[in-house]
Amino acid sequence: MSGVVTALGVLLGLLLGIGLVLRISARRMAPDEDSVVEKINAVLPQTQCAQCGYPGCRPYAEAIARGEADINQCPPGGEAGVRELAELLGREPKPLDAERGETKPPQVAFIDEDRCIGCTLCIQACPVDAIVGAAKRMHTVIEADCTGCELCLPPCPVDCIDLVPRPAPFIWPEPGARTDSIPIEVRHG
Amino acid sequence: MAEIEIGRHLYRFPGGLKLRHHKQIACRDPLTPAPLPERLWLPLVQHQGPAGECRVQPGDRVVGGQPLTRARSDREVPIHAPTSGVVEDLRDGPVSWPPGGTAPCLVLAPDGEDRFEALDTPDDWAAESPDALIERLRAGGLAGLGGAAFPTAAKLRGGFPPIRALILNGSECEPYISCDEMLMRSRPEAIVEGARILTRATGAEEVVIAIEDQMGEVRKRLNEAIRTVDPDAPIRVVQVTTVYPEGGEKQLIQVLTGLEVPHDGLPQDLGLVCLNVATAAAARDILFDGRPVIERIVTVSGPGIVHPRNLVVRLGTPIADLVAAAGGPTGDLDRLVLGGPMSGLPLASDRIPITKGSNCILALRPEDTARTQPVMPCINCGECIRVCPASLLPQMLYKHLVADDFDAAQALNLFDCIECGCCAHVCPSHIPLVDQYRHGKGVLRERGVEDARAARAKARFEAREERLAEREAERRRKREARERRLKDTGGAKSEVQAAIERARARKDAGDGEDDG
Repeated sequence: MSGVVTALGVLLGLLLGIGLVLRISARRMAPDEDSVVEKINAVLPQTQCAQCGYPGCRPYAEAIARGEADINQCPPGGEAGVRELAELLGREPKPLDAERGETKPPQVAFIDEDRCIGCTLCIQACPVDAIVGAAKRMHTVIEADCTGCELCLPPCPVDCIDLVPRPAPFIWPEPGARTDSIPIEVRHG
Repeated sequence: MAEIEIGRHLYRFPGGLKLRHHKQIACRDPLTPAPLPERLWLPLVQHQGPAGECRVQPGDRVVGGQPLTRARSDREVPIHAPTSGVVEDLRDGPVSWPPGGTAPCLVLAPDGEDRFEALDTPDDWAAESPDALIERLRAGGLAGLGGAAFPTAAKLRGGFPPIRALILNGSECEPYISCDEMLMRSRPEAIVEGARILTRATGAEEVVIAIEDQMGEVRKRLNEAIRTVDPDAPIRVVQVTTVYPEGGEKQLIQVLTGLEVPHDGLPQDLGLVCLNVATAAAARDILFDGRPVIERIVTVSGPGIVHPRNLVVRLGTPIADLVAAAGGPTGDLDRLVLGGPMSGLPLASDRIPITKGSNCILALRPEDTARTQPVMPCINCGECIRVCPASLLPQMLYKHLVADDFDAAQALNLFDCIECGCCAHVCPSHIPLVDQYRHGKGVLRERGVEDARAARAKARFEAREERLAEREAERRRKREARERRLKDTGGAKSEVQAAIERARARKDAGDGEDDG
């Protein structure tokens, strides 16, 4: 009888001990909220387009970290972005939420200077300060800093902003993409 | 670093190939000037780096040697009018890089008079400070004439460790290319004089002119030139065994010193500067004759050329004109290549102009380019490892890149690949390895650009958020201060009352004036 009591006592002791250790370590080693947000934010494309429903990439990252937002709300990141987030957070990837918009090739805003009236509304809307100009002076887009987020389009009263594809950089094509290749086999003597 | 007698003992670099030279066919005739074309197309960028500031406008008359752009830093290199004429236009024209792409070019219509105005030259260059010499070389538009067209001024100064030795690279190892050999044969004195100028500009203690053992009388001519120009100059000619790609900067340094240029370093870290022999001759022309870089020697060769030869070509001459000057094509041409058969760049158009880095035009017939064997899977034979001069694992790089695992390829030092083409040349499965590496490098570079773009957008977004938050906080502070003040002074009413009274007093005073 006393054997059973001892056994139960030991088990109970172990249970409490392990429970205590786990509890403390869970407290001590809880993932740092900020570092999780940083990691999620690093995966996001930084377009700052707000299509996800949050006012920028970082707010969206914070919402994901809090468990408020799903991982498939970022159209510029596309399916690849969703996969990367799923891998980071240990979740199942899912298709992009079509209601948020579609993935588009890289683009930049372009202001038609003939039509611009200098109202500064687009300057205020730009999330990355990529439009320069002043009241009643012509505005122009700093191409290198424009993320193509389209947020300048709705406020423009004269519809003078267009989004044009960003010039694609030259990347050497993969072999098989075309017939000729280097080095050339010169067989001639 | 220990004293090393550069070139006294010759070392080996790993890998490499002995190839048939195919050089003599273009060396039978003496150097001849190519005829002036109807139009010269001068890309604003003919070097590695950003364009200089354009100083001419369409419609301007220019004379030969006149600067068309101005360098604002050592990374920029000015271009000069190769002959006298009229600047007709500034517009996009075909260029060799990016392949199939265009770039802004000045279009110059020669007037046929070929007037030339020399740059200002010093009375005694040896009395000039190194900085002043480099300044003059920069103004003369000097960039590496070996092919890479790196701005020479940026190579000569930039806070490097002290330079011990200058290596003049005349080991032109790629088949068919013979422009440097022709230069060393025809103008050895110019190279030696250039070497003396560059010695002063770099502060180097000695100069080694590296040539290949198959170049015949070149060695004798260079040695004669040293005796004529300055027998006491610390200039030596060293003959190296011809193994491709020995003319590569890192490989040549390894052969001459036994030292490896660090993976993320420069020859300057070893106290060395490596320049092409043609660059040295051009330095002499700038300082002695006031003649900027407006022409260069180009080898026009290959099985598809009737009369292979070396031509002295004004920059901006379209390649089609050179092919014609070399007797035209033998029949159907399948491809024109800029550079040699191993590491050259296929050209999309024969309207592409010659620039500072164009050393060779190779014309290939369909039978030269046709694939005789299909591409087969890699069999891990290891031949590519044996020939790689950069000690890489070409087959592993290939496997990672085919699987789109670019990070793994980068971890295996993909960017140390010099694209010499040895691995693809020996591959028994005929895999186009170099194309795969170029693709991989392109993807990785673009990814770096994208990451930098995202980082900038993130920083700008956060800065803006901060600014807006600050502004909002400032507004709130002001509002609260106002509210507090209203409360303290007995509420809004008294404030309003006071304002009304002030207005009334003003009005009364005004009325009084009117009355008066």
